[in-house]
Amino acid sequence: MMKQISTWLTLLLMPATLIAGPAIEQWQTSTGSKVLFVATGALPMVDLQLVCDAGSARDGDQGGLAMMTNELLFSGAGDLDADAIAAGFDDLGAKVGSSVSQDMAMVSLRSLSDADHLQPALDLFTTVVGQANFPAADFKRERKNLLTGLQQEKQSPGALAQRAFFQALYGDHPYANMASGTEASAKKLTRDQLVAFKERYYRSQNCLVALVGDLSREQATTISEQLSARLARGAPAPKLETTKHSTAHFEQINHPSQQTHVLIGQPVVGRLEPDYFPLFLGNHILGGSGLRSRISQEVRDKRGLAYSSYSYFSPMRQAGPFVMGLQTRNDQADEAAGLLREELQKFITKGPDDQELLAAKQNLTGGFPLRIASNGKIIGYLAVIGFYGLPLDYLDTWVDRIEAIDADQIRDAFLRRVKPDQLVEIRVGG
Amino acid sequence: MNRLTRFVPTLLAILLGPAIANAASQQPVTEFELANGLKVLVREDHRAPVVVSQVWYKVGSSYEHGGNTGVSHALEHMMFQGTKRYGPGKFSEIIAAQGGSENAFTGIDYTAYFQTLASDRLEIALELEADRMVNLQIQDEKFAKEIQVVIEERRMRTEDRPTAQLNELFRASTWVSHPYRNPVIGWMSDLDAMTTADLNDWYRRWYMPNNATLVVVGDVDTATVKKLVKKYFGPLKKGQLQPPKERQEVPQTGERRLTVKLPAQLPHLIMGYHVPRFGGEADGAVDSQAITDKPATAATDEAYALDVLTAILDGGSSARFARELQRGQAIAASASAGYRGALRAPGLFTVDGTPAQGHTIAELETALRAQIQRLIDEPVSPAELNRVKTQVVADNVYTRDSVFYQAMQLGMLETVGLPWQMLDEYVDRIKAVTPEQIQQVAKRYLRPDRVTVAILDPQPMDTKKPRRPPPAGLRH
Repeated sequence: MMKQISTWLTLLLMPATLIAGPAIEQWQTSTGSKVLFVATGALPMVDLQLVCDAGSARDGDQGGLAMMTNELLFSGAGDLDADAIAAGFDDLGAKVGSSVSQDMAMVSLRSLSDADHLQPALDLFTTVVGQANFPAADFKRERKNLLTGLQQEKQSPGALAQRAFFQALYGDHPYANMASGTEASAKKLTRDQLVAFKERYYRSQNCLVALVGDLSREQATTISEQLSARLARGAPAPKLETTKHSTAHFEQINHPSQQTHVLIGQPVVGRLEPDYFPLFLGNHILGGSGLRSRISQEVRDKRGLAYSSYSYFSPMRQAGPFVMGLQTRNDQADEAAGLLREELQKFITKGPDDQELLAAKQNLTGGFPLRIASNGKIIGYLAVIGFYGLPLDYLDTWVDRIEAIDADQIRDAFLRRVKPDQLVEIRVGG
Repeated sequence: MNRLTRFVPTLLAILLGPAIANAASQQPVTEFELANGLKVLVREDHRAPVVVSQVWYKVGSSYEHGGNTGVSHALEHMMFQGTKRYGPGKFSEIIAAQGGSENAFTGIDYTAYFQTLASDRLEIALELEADRMVNLQIQDEKFAKEIQVVIEERRMRTEDRPTAQLNELFRASTWVSHPYRNPVIGWMSDLDAMTTADLNDWYRRWYMPNNATLVVVGDVDTATVKKLVKKYFGPLKKGQLQPPKERQEVPQTGERRLTVKLPAQLPHLIMGYHVPRFGGEADGAVDSQAITDKPATAATDEAYALDVLTAILDGGSSARFARELQRGQAIAASASAGYRGALRAPGLFTVDGTPAQGHTIAELETALRAQIQRLIDEPVSPAELNRVKTQVVADNVYTRDSVFYQAMQLGMLETVGLPWQMLDEYVDRIKAVTPEQIQQVAKRYLRPDRVTVAILDPQPMDTKKPRRPPPAGLRH
């Protein structure tokens, strides 16, 4: 038998292959947009993202505003209507996208890199971003569809749980609100509010441009200059207020489902805080490494209580949430939710053991090449690095930072930051 | 949704893309077969120092029969529960320690297992996959827990999602005699009754080198891969494979309708038509109700025209559904068209949607039927056709950004009995599709007598009644 435990076993004992991150170039356009660029020439394609500090945290009491503004950019610009814009991109084989989180609003373009495709796609994208005019008819229709989406949420126990969870976690803080707003807020939205929101937050100094693909630095400079020049000028968005600690909260929402969806957590860590790394690594052991994590072992492997059970830190500009979650047959909800709390308590008290820590480090550092293996993945990192102002060598030093963390640092970070007596728990089910 | 994964994947967006619509790539594929019948496909892609290894088995829910539905998927779960050499969980532990990511998925025609790793670690994946291809040990106590996990998975994916229930019942109605009618995850009562003996039988019947395809894509050297594959899979014995019995769908000779009443908020509509697959041909008569699926020639393969037809309706924001139903008439909050031709038996063309506020499900159905009728009555415009063709050319490049998806295309085609070489021809075949061919497939297959219509009729959701008191100590 030992004979077969072969050559590759020695690999286990070797350090992870040293792999540097992609070479990121960063500069500012003359109108003040940050640009992050990685040249990857192997495929004739280009990815571009415009990322603005225009997420749902900027909604104020106009819930749904950031999301509708972002989505409706493609509904009309200059003298083009929604059909012309859609046909323009589709006829070039270009893909566009838009998305909104609490912190960010993002608009993306993927195109072939030859001039015949890329230039007209960029021109159209620039027109859309620079001259979006939010036609009244499109606004009315999409507001109706937003209401339909909100109604649909009510038949999804998972979506209901998310909504209640963020509300309870963040109270008065803007992170409390879902990007889709509420029925009441959606009904009150006006087209003028979208126009004003666009003007206020899609400003050159409030947005960054990320570019990955088959481009020279010169091309990247020209593209980002043109895009940035079409945005309004003016001060970037003000700093978001800091979040408060949550207070212990339990809420059962009745729903005619077979399963109860459980979410437990609290606001914990911001993207730039040094504690994020030990918390991230510790959580990998607790509930962040799929079926290998402690939570999944206890909930799924040993007891068969849930298909999916997990925990994660979602770092944001201000303290993003620590989340533990699962969904299980209604009559098992107490047992399963109890296990989540128990595992967390155990982890805070005792921290990881050496073997687990070694395995987590091997998994994360050995898997680093997978994290940057495609243009699609690299541009995701550029957006985060640029938006939060992470150092440009973030990816180059990532493996070393993980390696440097010891069990005491993890235990210490969990002990200081995660407070079992401040946990919010939401259950949606029967 | 026709594919289940062992756990919630991060790759779902990629997995759910059209099967073939993003085709081909320029890197050559090397194909070889071991003496024991294992087929191997290798494509070198040196963009990043990673490799994906996938083992595809020719077994899935369409191989199952009454009473044992869901057994392929349940077995997929148990494939991580250990062999004599590597005990329960060991497989995943070793892959994790190497920084690998892994998962598995089961569909109607296949079960597949994959690992993505730094490219110098391929050997590990190969040794472990070779081991569990023939040495799986299914323990009763492990299965007892795992089947509960599968049942929870079913509750999450199907029971508590009204549109998923509608889709399941739609499929069970549009197919009568063909096993495509069964859900991949299995009917709940079959899951309740499943035993380790069922899984062992299934494993012995289908898991063998001569029923599998290994696909390796990434930063590897083909000669080295060949050596490693021989080393680990070479010693496995060829199995006694009993090919599955052919099942045929009975001809549909009139519209079928069903209404599903469930607690829900929004109505939903699905319409489906039986259509040919890639490489399979109907019997030729324009008024035939059956799709006999004899081998198609290049001239008679209608799947390419069906792919284009689907994109005409729903290939981007300028396609007809988005332009006319969602924006123009504003009758649909959502509307989509779907066709998957990479199957081992004829499949379905479907359209589905939710009406916009102020419109009824009947109005949506009328609008969708008008869209179908227009495909029958009028040739598509050159502008629309060119748009679809340009998109296919571009998608062909975009697909190469992911080694995983490249491997997925190769493995899937091989496993449903289609030559992987069709990826290389795909763009040209799409470019050759004419407006007349699109009109002809619409005329032939999208006829009112061939449709199945399923409607979700939302019932009040009782959210008032507290079912259980909150647990003690948590009432804050």
